[in-house]
Amino acid sequence: MADLTRARGALTQVRDGLRAYRLISAMWIRSLMAYRLSFVMTAFGNFAVTAFDFAAILLMFSQVDRLGGYSLSEIAFLYGATCTSFGLADLSLGSMDRLGKRVRDGTLDTLLVRPAPVIAQVAADRFGLHRVGRLLQGGFVLGYALVVLDIAWTPLKVLMVPLMLLCGAGIFAAVFVGGAAFQFVAQDAAEVQNAFTYGGTTLLQFPPTVFAKDLVRGVTFILPLAFVNWLPALYVLGRPYPLDLPTWVAFTPPLVAALLLALAGLAWRTGLRSYRSTGS
Amino acid sequence: MRVRTGRFRLYAAVGRSGFRRYATYRTATLAGVFTNTVFGLILAYTYIALWDERPGLGGYDQAQALTFVWLGQALLTVMALMGGGFEGELIERIRTGDIAVDLYRPADLQIWWLATDLGRALFQLLGRGVVPMVVGALVFDLALPTDPLRWFAFLLAVFLGALVSFSIRFLVALSAFWLMDGAGTAQVAMLAGTFFSGMLLPLNVFPGALGEFARALPWSALLQVPADVFLGKHTGVDLLGTYAFQIGWAAALLTAGRLLQAVATRRVVVQGG
Repeated sequence: MADLTRARGALTQVRDGLRAYRLISAMWIRSLMAYRLSFVMTAFGNFAVTAFDFAAILLMFSQVDRLGGYSLSEIAFLYGATCTSFGLADLSLGSMDRLGKRVRDGTLDTLLVRPAPVIAQVAADRFGLHRVGRLLQGGFVLGYALVVLDIAWTPLKVLMVPLMLLCGAGIFAAVFVGGAAFQFVAQDAAEVQNAFTYGGTTLLQFPPTVFAKDLVRGVTFILPLAFVNWLPALYVLGRPYPLDLPTWVAFTPPLVAALLLALAGLAWRTGLRSYRSTGS
Repeated sequence: MRVRTGRFRLYAAVGRSGFRRYATYRTATLAGVFTNTVFGLILAYTYIALWDERPGLGGYDQAQALTFVWLGQALLTVMALMGGGFEGELIERIRTGDIAVDLYRPADLQIWWLATDLGRALFQLLGRGVVPMVVGALVFDLALPTDPLRWFAFLLAVFLGALVSFSIRFLVALSAFWLMDGAGTAQVAMLAGTFFSGMLLPLNVFPGALGEFARALPWSALLQVPADVFLGKHTGVDLLGTYAFQIGWAAALLTAGRLLQAVATRRVVVQGG
């Protein structure tokens, strides 16, 4: 009985959080739309900045036919998958890296007294719709890859593509939340988060054959970024997995994402509890 | 003469405060060092894959290509290739009108900001450049110069590159006088900076005419040129020509900044009540 009440309580909390997130982000979108030209420009800028990553890959392929044994279309598939996943997470939670600033200048206190979950408020804070630029760019490259790749599609492989994008977004979301939790302690170390978010997505743009075994081991077993795209995408491409992992690991991203999100949630709670205001 | 030395002391003090200001953020610097190192590692492996496929690409052997990666990480914040220098603050001062106060100061706007930015650049070179470079040298086989003169030549190229970097960003900031919001120009400048400096890929790997075009633009003075000096690609008379290239761009852009500053300050309307 008590369990049921608690479960219901948790459910209400999630619903409240989502509602607050929706309201706050809608407010920021409205404010962005007040300057429509500026919005279009920043969204385009966001698109262009990230497109340069792919331009670098194209430039590399102007000199070579293969990189780490992979063709351009295969790398475009890896690239498009990680950028889309990351774009989804960045669009919904990218504002969380402002937490350190809020801890430093004490404005987090305002969020604590409002009757809405703090995480929803932090995540929706200055919700930047212009970040769709990155998402679009990843989507385009992924679309291109899907068109040019020569894959013997099976229902399972078809299903794997959307599953990979969603679970990848979940894994990156966990990194965003975990990174924000870390900032309760570190305060002005937002850049560490960049190493894992931007660094992670840069790493995953290239096939695992490019990197040293230990690095691949690290992003498989310690910070399991390999589950964002490498393992599911290599299944779709019919390529061998890194570290001689068994076939079924390609189907584990949902589990990994759920586990990471749970851990990140726990870290967030611990961080928030340890928060002491700067005072004035 | 006394006025001259007084001025110099003023700008030296401004430069020192620029240095100290960034030195205050120790955790942020440590975090930045960590991020630069992680990116250096990732890029280094992709370069190894590229140079495995095409040894001698762009005239570099693999050790030189890897050195280029770590130089890029070391100079990223020094040259403010992805923004983050003084320009945000100057744009903000123009937007809010605080710039009027600056114009009343008995100091030159351009030299004032140049001094703070050089102070910042020096801090970033020491604070965020040295450690990633050392890590890179420990993990990979880098082409580090043994000749102390080459290190000196490199530092001079870095200094001239910092001048060019400043003069570009000063122009970007001044655009706020007309646009009221410098975010757009800052972003375009950042795009150009990452693409044409060699940060994405060494400019000598760019194919054909695109490569030649990129190497002629001022952004190549920020990373490609200092890296090539470091790697010993320019020596003797050629080295002087390289410096002339950097000085030429710095002089042209600083002059443009001067002229634009004169036009812009005439536009300032001080609101009062």
